[in-house]
Amino acid sequence: MADVASDVLEVIAKQAKTDPAKVTRETELADLNLESLDTIELIFALEEKFNIEIPYNANEATTAGINFTTAGDVIDAVAKLVQEQKGSAA
Amino acid sequence: MNRVVVTGLGVIAPLGKNTVEFSASLRAGKSAIGPISIIETEGLITKIGAQVLDFDPLAHFEENKLPLYDRCTQFALVAAREAIAQSKLDFRAGLGARTATIIGSGVGGQGTQDENYQRLYLQGLKRCHPLTIPKLMINAPCCHITMEHGITGPSFVVASACSSANHAIGVAFQMVRSGMVEAAVTGGTEAVFTFGTIRGWEALRVMAPDTCRPFSLGRKGMVLGEGAAVMVLETYESAQKRGAEILAEIAGFGTTSDASDIVMPALEGASGAIAACLADAKLAPEQVDYVNAHGTGTTANDITETKALHKIFGEHAKKLAVSSTKSMHGHTLGAAGAVELAATICGMRGGFIPPTANYAERDPQCDLDYVPGEARERRVNVAISNSFAFGGHNAVVAVKRA
Repeated sequence: MADVASDVLEVIAKQAKTDPAKVTRETELADLNLESLDTIELIFALEEKFNIEIPYNANEATTAGINFTTAGDVIDAVAKLVQEQKGSAA
Repeated sequence: MNRVVVTGLGVIAPLGKNTVEFSASLRAGKSAIGPISIIETEGLITKIGAQVLDFDPLAHFEENKLPLYDRCTQFALVAAREAIAQSKLDFRAGLGARTATIIGSGVGGQGTQDENYQRLYLQGLKRCHPLTIPKLMINAPCCHITMEHGITGPSFVVASACSSANHAIGVAFQMVRSGMVEAAVTGGTEAVFTFGTIRGWEALRVMAPDTCRPFSLGRKGMVLGEGAAVMVLETYESAQKRGAEILAEIAGFGTTSDASDIVMPALEGASGAIAACLADAKLAPEQVDYVNAHGTGTTANDITETKALHKIFGEHAKKLAVSSTKSMHGHTLGAAGAVELAATICGMRGGFIPPTANYAERDPQCDLDYVPGEARERRVNVAISNSFAFGGHNAVVAVKRA
């Protein structure tokens, strides 16, 4: 879980082209100047890194119960999907 | 400057495989969006689309021609045959040299490309069919129209993603208006249903899982469609002289570029194209009755387009009927402008305004009259048709009742 959190923060920081030390659970994605394409590129990067499918539709505030407002939201969603992935693989 | 009129119209789309069927479906307000069945959907997230169902190429073409005809070329040829037959023009009697063929397409032969990549990368085969390149090239639909009908004047394909067909029609219109040519065969075609292309669209995260509900609260994005529409343009004078039936008059064309974001629409670009079109057509905003909207069903487009209409039409915006026929025939991408201008002309001729199907609930940010649910009986004298593309290419065509 801790690994997922730090890996997600690192991917977010990379996409936002910012210092990973400046990104915490409380950081709002909007404050990182992530524009529409950056968000979908971020989701793609997370899917590739963790081998998961993240349900996300740019036309909805919340897709399948997932809301990407803060970095913490992203960590929680990814952690849950990684857990489900492991469960289905076992 | 010549007045430019439409004397032939051909459509092959999810709502109908000819203009009569297409028009009847628009009037009935029935959506052709349904489960994707023309390709295997295993591995796709998107299971819905607006397809041309029960299309048998052998009912239209000799078998020995098919190795040259991608599905997008087949659609273009079928639509062109209908339009040219209706116009009763014979291009082989000399007119062909003074006729342009300008077709829009977003990508061209995607099915052909997909099939060949599968052969090489998946099946491990070593060879491509020798006609692979001429079959997949984006100009193929255009050149086959010229060959089939003996049209030897200027011909090319216009590619500006979802504005391709409106740009093609706009260019053809200007060529006839200026006198560069006497007639033009113009429109757009697209055949988007391949596994690879749909996965690409899914990755953009803008596809609706349920249906396409433009301008409605609860809309979840766009739904892909396929098909073609082609029209024959000529001067008003020549149509009059030969006693041809005039279906509509192309009144003006306006086009701008956002020069900003690759996918996000921009108010200035969209409204600028509408304003340029009205100026070109010498129309006051109050003269416009109907707008066939770009209306993709995405959050971003529908709000921006609504704002653009408010900006240009002011108080008159409330009186405008605005609908997105993509709710019924899907987003046909490079064919969209042609299919939607065809829908506009069908409505004008039939005395109705095609509806925005699947409309569920009013969105406070989309506050115009979107003709929800059912077609409206109303005489339309002047309409515009909007296309706003990825890349920031905006193109608007104005059309008048004949």
